[in-house]
Amino acid sequence: MTGMRYLLCFAAVAVALLIAPVVFPSSVAITTMSLMGVMIIFALSYNMLLGQTGLLSFGHAVYYGLAGFCAAHAMNIIAAGKLPVPLPVIPLVGAAAGLFFGVIFGAVSTRRAGTVFAMISLGLGELVAAFALVLHTFFGGEDGISTNRTKLLAFFGYKFGPQIQVYYLIAFWCFVCIVLMYALTRTPFGRMCNAVRDNPERVEFIGYSTQRVRFQAFVLSAMFAGVAGALAAINFELMNLQSIGAAASGQVLLMSFVGGAGHFAGPVIGAIFVTFLQVSLSDITKAWMLYFGLMFIFIVMYAPGGMAGWLALHWPLLRNGRIVRLLPAYALAAVPMLGLALGGVMLIELAHHMLVQAASDGPQLSIFGIPMNGASPWPWLAALVLFAGGAFGVRAAWPRVADAWGRALAAPGTTKVNS
Amino acid sequence: MLELVTFSTLNGVLYGMLLFMMASGLTLIFSMMGVLNFAHASFYMIGAYFGFEISRHIGFWPGFIIAPLLVGVVGALIERYGLRRVHRYGHVAELLFTFGLAFVIEELVSMIWGKAPVDYRPPPSLDFVAFSLFGTTYPAYRIFMLATAVAMFVFLILVLRRTRVGLIIQAALTHPDMVAMLGHNVPRVFMMVFGVGAGLAGLAGVIAGPALVTQPSMAALLGPILFVVIVVGGLGSLGGAFVASLLIGLIQTFAVAINVSLADVIGPTAAGIFGELGRAPLAQIAPVLPYLLLVLVLILRPTGLFGTRES
Repeated sequence: MTGMRYLLCFAAVAVALLIAPVVFPSSVAITTMSLMGVMIIFALSYNMLLGQTGLLSFGHAVYYGLAGFCAAHAMNIIAAGKLPVPLPVIPLVGAAAGLFFGVIFGAVSTRRAGTVFAMISLGLGELVAAFALVLHTFFGGEDGISTNRTKLLAFFGYKFGPQIQVYYLIAFWCFVCIVLMYALTRTPFGRMCNAVRDNPERVEFIGYSTQRVRFQAFVLSAMFAGVAGALAAINFELMNLQSIGAAASGQVLLMSFVGGAGHFAGPVIGAIFVTFLQVSLSDITKAWMLYFGLMFIFIVMYAPGGMAGWLALHWPLLRNGRIVRLLPAYALAAVPMLGLALGGVMLIELAHHMLVQAASDGPQLSIFGIPMNGASPWPWLAALVLFAGGAFGVRAAWPRVADAWGRALAAPGTTKVNS
Repeated sequence: MLELVTFSTLNGVLYGMLLFMMASGLTLIFSMMGVLNFAHASFYMIGAYFGFEISRHIGFWPGFIIAPLLVGVVGALIERYGLRRVHRYGHVAELLFTFGLAFVIEELVSMIWGKAPVDYRPPPSLDFVAFSLFGTTYPAYRIFMLATAVAMFVFLILVLRRTRVGLIIQAALTHPDMVAMLGHNVPRVFMMVFGVGAGLAGLAGVIAGPALVTQPSMAALLGPILFVVIVVGGLGSLGGAFVASLLIGLIQTFAVAINVSLADVIGPTAAGIFGELGRAPLAQIAPVLPYLLLVLVLILRPTGLFGTRES
């Protein structure tokens, strides 16, 4: 029965991947969705470490980046030698490269878990980034390594010139990787990873080597990151130093955590959400990096389960229909929250405009289409009132939300505690 | 050659002492709360920018006093209203919180002061040549930096070893529950240590800002090196942090000063074995060296040079 459910789930994912370009046919949408596909694999591979094995890595982009460079070089070599290798198998080159570097660096870094692992991963990331600056032949210096995906052997007549063909290539690999990574969580090995995360001492007592489990998880994770890196090389036809550095590692951490590291689907949600924000927010506001950072801190402080964790919290209530009882309290809390968010956005936008752009563009700006003058105190005052009023309102409304939660959970039929 | 060795040693020790001013706070905070503060280098950056802003309005010396205090207050507030809240979700959440904080601070700083370096200069009262040796001059400001760092070091040792506060801090490191039983407010001790650690990093920023470059990327450039220092020295070991700071300070300074490549040392075969690395001069490889040291130490001695604890 549950087996059927998973099959249906994967079938739904496959259908969604297939029809997405039909629903969103614009070229911007297809470019964005291609990027999302790459990021989904990357974030899922990261979550094999963070979510499933409890290893916090600050250098996961090393495997993504190195595999991407290897794939770019492989594509150039294949194109130059006219070797009979079509483009769709290039991600396997990335997987091999990821596996290779995962074995080398994993042997060093998985000796210890916890904070020390986090620092070693950071150090290794910096080490590789610093080396990448020195080794010009392999990493191409500032320009990076460019390649041309259409120069490879045609695959059943497809040359992968148009973005839509690349999208389907990425979607195919994305689907394969999702299924494989999910299947891995259901194996005894996947369960051992969870055990190492939750209680390493006990794992040692029942005769497993936690170090070996960490190493295996690390290597597999690096391999899937390698697939993502190779797909990135195919998608952009360019790999540069940014894809290997600390910023890329931070980004994948952000995606997994915002989506929710505790659930398999979390990184998928996170990758889609963060990529969408990156593409759309960077057009709307110049301070989007700041919003990202603040959103991250907010989630760490108030919703450490991420978006998937929040959804999972509501799932049982949604199934038995009790979610309706929460709606009044949520509606009440939503008003001050909206005020808080609006006030915060206004403050950031005003500050950003006055500090960065006012010197060249003058004090006039518009937020949400409303024109205002950043030099006059009124917009500032309005933003402050919204922000402070919102914060006050949220504090006042919060007990009601907690109360509604308690009642929805304790209602007859779910638990016998309060009846 | 003697000239190079003398000045590189001086600069190396200076850089090492600067590193130690930050690493000491970082390692104290770590051994107390188990939190690796990713934002520690950000406090260093805030210190430099606060110092710059104050020096622009009322002069360098008031900034020298006020900026570190301000940074300390900022640090204590962050501990009280941010970190303490996250504490219940475990160490990973705390680490992630400080990671996000470092990111936000960098964005805020580049928003307020711009992405380009600011013009933060040594005060005129220290803008002279301290001495000249072998025909090379050494600025007085660097001597002042060294003196400040050494004074800070002595102060820290005295406070930790010779005062009641230091006694409580040391006890809270290993036996927080017992210290709380004896009636001390351990969370407040943590907050103070976090604040003082941040303030020390801020002071390092104030004195390093004029000598190095004050720019929004200064935290991201220094942060990873700090982690290398405290891991190489041994997590939680103050003495280890001191030795590792000096070691890395000297290594980096000498590597930049000595212009040889592997090919010069081993001969032309180096290029064959190491490829491009063999031909690259040491100065170019210098940024890699701390991380190489980190990996080597972790392979050969996983607890660090003076560390006793695994994590």
